Amino acid sequence: MSALRGGRLIEVAFWLVPLAAFLLLPGYLMLGSQILIVALFALSLDLILGYAGIVSLGHAAFFGLGAYAAGLLAAKGWGEPLSGLLAGGVIAALAGFVASFLVVRGEDLARLMVTLGIGLLLYEAANRAAFLTGGVDGLSGVAMGKIFGVFAFDIGGKTAYLYSFAVLLLVFIFLKRLTSSPFGLSLRGIRENPARMPAIGSPVRARLVTAYTIGAAIAGIAGALLAQTTQFVGLDSLGFNRSAELLIMLVLGGTGRLYGAIVGAAVFMIAQDYLSGVNPVYWQFWLGLLLVVFVFFARGGILGAVEAAAKRLGRSSQERAR
Amino acid sequence: MLGVLFDGIAYGSLLFLVSLGLSVTMGLMNFVNLAHGAFAMAGGYVCVIAMTRFGVPFLATLPIAFVVTAIVGAVLERLLYRRLYGASHLDQVLFSIGLTFMSIAAATYFFGSSQQPMRLPEFLRGQVHLGGVDFGIYRLFLVAVVAALTAVLGFLLARTRFGAQVRASVDNAQAARGLGIDVDRVFSVAFALGSGLAGLGGALGIEVLGLDSSFPLKFMVYFLLVVAVGGAGTVKGPLVAALLLGVLDVAGKYYVPQVGAFVIYAAMVILLIAFPAGLFGRRR
Amino acid sequence: MSAALRTAGLSKRFGGLSAVSDVSLEIPQGARHALIGPNGAGKTTLINLLTGVLEPSAGDVFLGGERITALPQHLRVKKGLTRTFQINTLFPGLTVLESVVLAILERKGLAARWMRPVSSHRAEIGEATELLATFKLDRDAQRRTAELAYGRQRLVEIALALATRPKILLLDEPAAGIPSSESVEVLGVIAALPADVTVLFIEHDMGLVFRFAERITVLVAGRVLMEGTPEEVARNDEVKAVYLGREAHG
Repeated sequence: MSALRGGRLIEVAFWLVPLAAFLLLPGYLMLGSQILIVALFALSLDLILGYAGIVSLGHAAFFGLGAYAAGLLAAKGWGEPLSGLLAGGVIAALAGFVASFLVVRGEDLARLMVTLGIGLLLYEAANRAAFLTGGVDGLSGVAMGKIFGVFAFDIGGKTAYLYSFAVLLLVFIFLKRLTSSPFGLSLRGIRENPARMPAIGSPVRARLVTAYTIGAAIAGIAGALLAQTTQFVGLDSLGFNRSAELLIMLVLGGTGRLYGAIVGAAVFMIAQDYLSGVNPVYWQFWLGLLLVVFVFFARGGILGAVEAAAKRLGRSSQERAR
Repeated sequence: MLGVLFDGIAYGSLLFLVSLGLSVTMGLMNFVNLAHGAFAMAGGYVCVIAMTRFGVPFLATLPIAFVVTAIVGAVLERLLYRRLYGASHLDQVLFSIGLTFMSIAAATYFFGSSQQPMRLPEFLRGQVHLGGVDFGIYRLFLVAVVAALTAVLGFLLARTRFGAQVRASVDNAQAARGLGIDVDRVFSVAFALGSGLAGLGGALGIEVLGLDSSFPLKFMVYFLLVVAVGGAGTVKGPLVAALLLGVLDVAGKYYVPQVGAFVIYAAMVILLIAFPAGLFGRRR
Repeated sequence: MSAALRTAGLSKRFGGLSAVSDVSLEIPQGARHALIGPNGAGKTTLINLLTGVLEPSAGDVFLGGERITALPQHLRVKKGLTRTFQINTLFPGLTVLESVVLAILERKGLAARWMRPVSSHRAEIGEATELLATFKLDRDAQRRTAELAYGRQRLVEIALALATRPKILLLDEPAAGIPSSESVEVLGVIAALPADVTVLFIEHDMGLVFRFAERITVLVAGRVLMEGTPEEVARNDEVKAVYLGREAHG
């Protein structure tokens, strides 16, 4: 019981960190909101990869769709943020729903190819539809209205930061609920053994379709958030690199834990901000090396290592108590 | 029309050459290797260095590219790949993305990110005029080389002991083990051979595909596609798939340039929907 | 009354190879029916056809008179046809309790809900705990399935199937892979199955077959060689030649 309350306390403390950063690091709010948005994006992948076990190489497709949907709405004169956010989520959810039927039926390899293919397809589509998306130059002219008609997006990025934080927190609470529910348990069951699930009466495909659609919707919301807070949509929001980096940060933080997605995103973004400032080529090299080392030595990610350490600590303190 | 078809075939032969090794990796060991393009890139750089720094003639660089990348492949297989055969596909994906990133960064560090210049020898340049159509000599050469290699590989796979072992291992690794085939060793050799072929393809492809440090990512999807569509363990499957893709891609870029690569990706998704187990695939 | 489980001319071909051909079975409710045959006789393929993992090339499967040939796997489970696997097919990363709770939630049609946490589903957790107690798995309930010894996992394999409350239970070599010293527990569980549950089981251990089975079907090369009581099967010269004989020499 006290362990549970201790867990709660740590969770509250965890969410105080971004709020403290808001107060203490006013110069880093742009980076800060980017981290929050990418963390949201990573959460969406955690649902489908970490819980449902679907390996995806094209998750950026939904991120980009959401970004373009929200960005285009605002560029065409509909600048109300919350409806734009919703639009991004809905469009991505629709695309995710359609794509999910292809994704859920194959095995890993087919899934990789399909997710990769869909991602590339959308990238090319956005690239070619320059009249709409701005092509390689990106979509500019995204003019945002005030949130609730009150809070305008400011130069310093305060509104953007708090807006991103609020969305992240809300989605997180939703996902926390979802993953601890029977539905979440059934996703973990599918991840652990897709062959056994139908033998206990579980409609695996239907569950995966639902999970994939929700994952796509959240990715779309994250994309929309990025479009609204930066008032710009680049082609790279759909690119393979974004999908790959997302995979990296999720695994870096630890899959199937929700918090891992957030920690991974934060560590990755801060390291990238620091190291790619030094030299982008080095950054890519170290990133690659990190991945290779990681696969061989630290598959639980940062949170996996923390958990293992905590377990060891707990065990030794128990022994001491004896 | 004929010219486009021919260019597509030349392009497809290159894709085939590079992808064949990948089809062995994915088919034999069920290993998702996103880094396969890095071997092709390595072959390309070997060719360029040999020509520009050491003055080796182009034709002589080709076997060098093959041997060097085969050795690199063998070493990496022994040191790294082998440990991940039983690992999850996610681990394999992460590992091979890592390797890809490292290869790109290393290539950028040593050679910059610009296109590598390529000067073909005089006798491979220009066009021949046949039946009212111009054929690039180099592309003819390319098709001839790949055709010859395909014949050799087909023979190797169909007629030799090693080929029989590869086929048996792809078909059912467990049964092959039961028959006393050293599947791991078969795979090591096949991996080295596949890497070498990719390297050779990379060297031959500089003129057609270009060569810069982003090569492994730029063409990754093509190689994966050849394998996904063509299936594994045969020469025929990837060959047909590669030619099909080559022609489709070239035709798409030629006739509807405004849509560009869209054609190939759309084809990919449609093919994957229609043939989830590949054109010649077998259901497991 | 129609049979609990019936097949008519069931066949499965893989390419040119006939794994199961023209198998017609009729298994009355409450039966203890064994399926035996040498390796490669098509026993597991037959189970896969019955449960919907594979689609038959020809023939039909009937469940209590209803034709279920085209019904997907999970819907057959909903109708009360559940199987276990020859090789443990469990959820290694879930705890034993979580696994069984999941099966119960699926049975009750609650597994797609997302508003309430699993931990607040007291009734299902209670039922799972009781079920685990009958398997003497209660002390392992909170452990990850992967941490259990194979023999203990074998019990989880059956517990998961029972959590679906099957009317017909297909046991694919329930005692496979565990030392005979540990098989006592598995046997005890099988012996204690409710009498109204129809049980069809594949087994290699002849002692076990003759102990539990009321009727036996002998499958050889995908075909039914004979069906009869254990005595009839034991007396049959053909069976001895093709199966028991080989077993004795092997």
